[in-house]
Amino acid sequence: MAEITDLARPAGSPGPAAPPGPPPAIVPLAGLPIVGVALVLLVVAIAGNWLWALDFFHIVGGGLWTGVDLFVGLIIGPILGRLSVPARVEFAARFMPKMLLIMPTLVVMTLASGFQLARHLGVLDVAYPRHWWLTASFIVVGVMTVVALGFLEPANLAVLFELRKPAPDGALIGKLMRRFAYTAGITGLMQIATLVIMTRITTW
Amino acid sequence: MVDGAQRQLPPVTALAVAALIVVLAGGIDLAAHLPRPAPLGPPVAALAVAAVTVIAAAVTLARVRDFAWHTFFLVGGWALAAYLVIAGMLELVFVLDHTPGGLLAVLSLMLAVFAVDVPLLLAFSVARYQPGPAAGAAGAAGAGTAPPP
Repeated sequence: MAEITDLARPAGSPGPAAPPGPPPAIVPLAGLPIVGVALVLLVVAIAGNWLWALDFFHIVGGGLWTGVDLFVGLIIGPILGRLSVPARVEFAARFMPKMLLIMPTLVVMTLASGFQLARHLGVLDVAYPRHWWLTASFIVVGVMTVVALGFLEPANLAVLFELRKPAPDGALIGKLMRRFAYTAGITGLMQIATLVIMTRITTW
Repeated sequence: MVDGAQRQLPPVTALAVAALIVVLAGGIDLAAHLPRPAPLGPPVAALAVAAVTVIAAAVTLARVRDFAWHTFFLVGGWALAAYLVIAGMLELVFVLDHTPGGLLAVLSLMLAVFAVDVPLLLAFSVARYQPGPAAGAAGAAGAGTAPPP
């Protein structure tokens, strides 16, 4: 880890008090019961056609998903890009394990409850050209899925594993973190399209 | 770096992302026809292309000898468990909605491709940067692992 710390330190200057350590776990195990409870409640809501619960899961999950994507992509991402490599590494070691648990849970909560909600409320039954709004929402979600699963999540995981090496490659971590920030920015912008589509659907 | 970053590997990421795009496009095509029954030709074609692409990615990767297979299976196993749960939840939604047989079969197979493709992608993305057996043997012989960047 020392060589990573050295990347951003001017020659001759004193080193930091404590270099950033590796993440204690790739997946924070303490969060798994919370995820389990959320998924069980989601299954119950879907199986029982519990409209209020479906609405709750869709609004809460979608709001948090959109908010986190926008905040990480448009606020945290650019800040992260200007930090030194050691600071990025230290941030990633604490931030990325949590994202690994939070984001898939929010996504599955939002999509599964949203589809059921649309079916119950008759939103899926509207004819074209209005149906294009729904089709557009499917396309936006599809693009976000490709970006998140194809580029963002692999970069996230690769950084976490690199950090656990005895001698992590600072340049590789920097490259993967840039990819993470760019792709988070893309999904953030896609979320703005989601906001436009969802508000249009709920007010037609 | 000798432990994977500069190693020549088959285009598993490109193939897995291509399969993901194709299978999602098939799913979007089906969803775009709701609530009317969708013609199954295009989604079945998309499913076949995606399945062949995933198999091609797996086969080309299986031929690589110097690869961090332990890490690959560690990440892939956990990711597979997670994505089977996600796919299972979506399958539950389709079953509870009384999705017709033919459509349900296509959607189920699409979910199966999705549930295998994403763990493959995640596992490869991590394992490609990890030292393979050759690098480990070199390290054990005193050559060290990776030079500082």
